[in-house]
Amino acid sequence: MARYIVKSLLQMIPVLLLISLIVFILVRVTGDPVALMLPESASEADRVALTAALGLDKPLLVQYGIFLADALQGDFGTSFHYGQSSLPLVLERLPASFELAAAAMALAVLLAVPLGILSAVKRNTVLDLLISGVSVIGKAMPNFWMGIMLILLFSVYLGYFPVSGRGGFDHLILPAVTLGVGLAAQMTRLIRSSMLEILSQDYIRTARSKGLSELVVVGSHAFRNGLIPVVTILTLQFTSLIGGTLITETVFAWPGLGQLLVTSVNNHDMAIVQAAVFVIAIIVILGNLLTDIVYRLLDPRIKYS
Amino acid sequence: MAHPADSTNDAGPADVRVAAAARRKPGSWTRLLRSLIRSKTGAVGALIVVTVVLLAALAPLLAPHDPADVEPLQRLKPPVWMEGGLPGHLLGTDNLGRDILSRIVYGAQVSLLVGIGAVLVSGAVGAVLGLVSGYFGGWINALIMRVADAFLAIPTILLMLVVLAVVGPGLTTLIFVIGFTNWVPYARVVRGEVLSIKERDFVKAAQAVGARSGRILYKHILPNIISSFIVISGMSVATTIILEASLSFLGLGITSPDVSWGGMLSDGRSYVATSWWVATFPGIAITVTVLGVIFLGDWLRDVLDPRMKERA
Repeated sequence: MARYIVKSLLQMIPVLLLISLIVFILVRVTGDPVALMLPESASEADRVALTAALGLDKPLLVQYGIFLADALQGDFGTSFHYGQSSLPLVLERLPASFELAAAAMALAVLLAVPLGILSAVKRNTVLDLLISGVSVIGKAMPNFWMGIMLILLFSVYLGYFPVSGRGGFDHLILPAVTLGVGLAAQMTRLIRSSMLEILSQDYIRTARSKGLSELVVVGSHAFRNGLIPVVTILTLQFTSLIGGTLITETVFAWPGLGQLLVTSVNNHDMAIVQAAVFVIAIIVILGNLLTDIVYRLLDPRIKYS
Repeated sequence: MAHPADSTNDAGPADVRVAAAARRKPGSWTRLLRSLIRSKTGAVGALIVVTVVLLAALAPLLAPHDPADVEPLQRLKPPVWMEGGLPGHLLGTDNLGRDILSRIVYGAQVSLLVGIGAVLVSGAVGAVLGLVSGYFGGWINALIMRVADAFLAIPTILLMLVVLAVVGPGLTTLIFVIGFTNWVPYARVVRGEVLSIKERDFVKAAQAVGARSGRILYKHILPNIISSFIVISGMSVATTIILEASLSFLGLGITSPDVSWGGMLSDGRSYVATSWWVATFPGIAITVTVLGVIFLGDWLRDVLDPRMKERA
């Protein structure tokens, strides 16, 4: 197990290098940072001096080396909008994003697991059709639109929850529902089909023919094996959770990493964009590793190769 | 509603089905149509998609107003059935006095252009990389799959944000950005299919008689992966339409004077407290369109590749 984790962590390195290369190339073609930083009236001598000071006169390969060395030390440059080093700015937004993502994921699991199982057990009944119908609509609905509609209904007309921002528990409800329902819609469909596959297997028929109650058959025999695909499904949802957080944070003015990233992209504040991309990529890779480990713990048949 | 996962999984080998599909020439259309009507959701999906295509194609004839026509005196007028609504503006007007119905009709153009255009780009890139990676294997396969892993490690929307931050928004940009960031699923599926097809006798035979790799890929392997290719494309059109709307909502996709449903939602968000209709109708347009594409795509999958049902 330890060997597997070490190996996976080592495999992160080429992926991160590739991401760094993509970011480096993108940032270098963004346009001339010197022109952005200097006033219109700057002289040619100022321009040359600043270009040299920023290291932009060196060969591209050397520039990439410097960029990598700085990145390893956590230095992604100074945000010209905030006038501070960009990495701390990005990191201080993380708790808000984690809070939202965790709440949404918890809600999605609470909704999707029982609904997916129910839908599979009561296959082809009105209940199943209803659950499947609602989850297809949930999948088709852009989550930012659902966020706006929730604001319209629960904040504007009913006045139950605040319109935007982060604060107490009441601030969390609408963003978490917005993000969680979309995830739940996708997960319900996947859980339903994986449960259907398990319910059609021989050992389930044996359990039924032994005269066990449906509750025991589904709850104990089927569910335990059904958990493995559910964990896989959670892994698959992890990246779409992060993507969804970006948009949901913008809709609700939630002060997380996503909102910072979107405003920085709009401001062309590349130092923050670089730092945010690295932080998110590392979170995604670590998250995938973590779910992979849980997956292997649940199913002893999988070898740590 | 028919459940994709429910019907029996009686799929034969992929090449047998594709051969059968190729054999039924003229009469096959009637049979296809009959199967479409039999699948109720498929028929509803087709109806929605055809309607959206017609709206987009005939927008200049169908839209009652110029979508960019700003009328400051008629800003934020409610739909016609509400008090204060104007007879000429069925779904009301937005914050600049533009007609919402006309903007929705024109917005269909952008949704379809980006949805189909981006899928064509990512399909082409993914198919070529998947073919090459699966057929040749070796270091080129390793390289392509590592790049694919890196792409999967970053949420696509994040990658697009960075690229759009660099190159700026716009219709063509958006098609290529979405196209170039979404090739991974195609490459993986195509690679998987190629790996199994290249071991079959007809490919071995072609190799034995000395056919060049390019010819084998094009003549013998490509026709056999078409059906799984169409199936993934159907599903990606739906996600791409939502993606375009999301990016335009964030101000990074389509910008004025082009009309996008996502952009309309972004306008409407600021007025949601007073004028609900500005943000409501474009959202309905997106949801219904995506629903139609999903239904049609599910039907296509059932017809072309019954094995995919289990993986969905």
